[in-house]
Amino acid sequence: MSLPSAAELREDTITGRRSTTETVRQAIARAHEVRAGRDGLNIFAWSDDDDARAHAVAASDALRDGHGGGLAGVPVAIKDNIATTTLPTTCGSRILEGYVSPYEATVVTKLRESGAIPFGKTNMDEFAMGSSTEHSAYGPTRNPIAPDRVPGGSSGGSAAAVAAGIVRVALGSETGGSVRQPAAFCGVVGVKATYGRVSRYGLVAFASSLDHVGVFGATVDDAARGLRVVAGHDPRDSTSVASPVPDFHRAGERPLAGLVIGRPLEYFPESLDGRIRALCDAALERMRGLGAEVRDVSLPNTALAIPVYYIVAPAEASANLSRFDGVRYGRRVVGEGLRGMYEATRSGGFGAEVTRRILLGTYVLSAGYYDAYYRKAQRVRTLIADDFTRVFNSGVDVLFTPTTPTTAFPIGAISDPFEMYMSDIFTATANLAGVPAMSQPIGRLHGLPVGGQFMARHFDEMTMFRAAYGLERALGAEAQA
Amino acid sequence: MSISLEDVHHIAALARLGLSDARAASVATELSTILAHMEVLATVDTDGVPEATGTGVVELPLRPDAGPPISMMRPLGSFAPHMRDGLLLVPRLSSHESAE
Repeated sequence: MSLPSAAELREDTITGRRSTTETVRQAIARAHEVRAGRDGLNIFAWSDDDDARAHAVAASDALRDGHGGGLAGVPVAIKDNIATTTLPTTCGSRILEGYVSPYEATVVTKLRESGAIPFGKTNMDEFAMGSSTEHSAYGPTRNPIAPDRVPGGSSGGSAAAVAAGIVRVALGSETGGSVRQPAAFCGVVGVKATYGRVSRYGLVAFASSLDHVGVFGATVDDAARGLRVVAGHDPRDSTSVASPVPDFHRAGERPLAGLVIGRPLEYFPESLDGRIRALCDAALERMRGLGAEVRDVSLPNTALAIPVYYIVAPAEASANLSRFDGVRYGRRVVGEGLRGMYEATRSGGFGAEVTRRILLGTYVLSAGYYDAYYRKAQRVRTLIADDFTRVFNSGVDVLFTPTTPTTAFPIGAISDPFEMYMSDIFTATANLAGVPAMSQPIGRLHGLPVGGQFMARHFDEMTMFRAAYGLERALGAEAQA
Repeated sequence: MSISLEDVHHIAALARLGLSDARAASVATELSTILAHMEVLATVDTDGVPEATGTGVVELPLRPDAGPPISMMRPLGSFAPHMRDGLLLVPRLSSHESAE
């Protein structure tokens, strides 16, 4: 049996109607019921029932001491690239096999301080490089809705943990859509806030100008409450912004009437699956019926996002991942001399996709190619960000688009790297521009979930959640039908 | 842009990655294919457009050059094979000899 909503769990826990140990017992039972382990859906890279029970006791103690926060008594699954101190943090990679962090991520500290119960480390594409959670050293995760299909990625384990009903809230990370795309594939809600809104201290870096910690929820409200807890300024993260954090879960109190929703033409190309277009347009029509104004708008540089993203992200990754050299973290493979040790460790420790991206990033940063690729990409990135500024300055409150061009594809179906990269075509723009964005279910095609995406102005997550709550209410059960 | 085998070996050396000749050949093909999709950027007029130096959300704030201490969850000695006189002892990197 699945857990009740985060709001109900919190209320029942604080009022003493439910114990944290009972909640964790239920989550563990559900994980066994859906076969979440390596021989089943493979949702968790690392999990330990005793560890979850210990966190439940600690949460109970914190509540008794009066520390009941926004996620009191709520189990939260955590992606394997977010540092925890009681379970390994391996980023789905052999190179970090056995690594247990000496400190924990700020978002995990915030969870614990709110009374939440950390619940396992979820599987992911190695170092968050992928869109299917097939590229993990610990095997692919399966989509709970259709186990022969991928859950999306790179935060596929977190999305699957929520979709399977094991937890109501999970943490993920995204650099180009790695929360929103798996949320769409698994029929759950996934949100990334404005760049700087959530601390990345303790998030293993992939591409620092694009990385975000994100939150999954079974509903918009679960995600809003999760984000409320982990957001906020952190002096340990120099990119963290000191901006007040509103109660995102109250955004639904405002009706949709008067909201101006932009429908960007470039996210509805001729090549888009007509059924996905129809579901998006039906959702827009519902919102129009509730008093929202829908405008056609243009973000003309959208098609350039993937080329820009796959230059900037690998470039930053090639620098960030240089720290994994056999000296400081995880495994070491003995080679001939110091250089031989570096090469043997890195070649044996990184998988094919990570190796490909490090080489790509090294190439575009190397002498003779820097101007043509990296510098050019950073200039086009400015144009992409300017598109958003122009549209939002024209009076549009939120943008609404499909989250992905397809539904979840079969495991093993995509072998061409660039075809896989195109999964991010509607999501990477928000990371390049730093605007908040989220995906939520808007219907199904042949039983497979379809996601709709909202994007908003920097630090205007409240308006984004207002739209999301309104659409969720308007669609009701149709969102999962 | 076609990437040669020589290019691959050069960037692999820069990235401290050892590649077999067979793997290097397939990487050359993969990277050439990927970079072909990037060529579209060359057609975009970016004269006078500044390079993005972040997301443009806010300027990075300055703060005193001192951060809060890292909150270590376990004793320092648990992170190294050996400790002596308050110092961590690790294997010598060049010879992989024992720390002791």
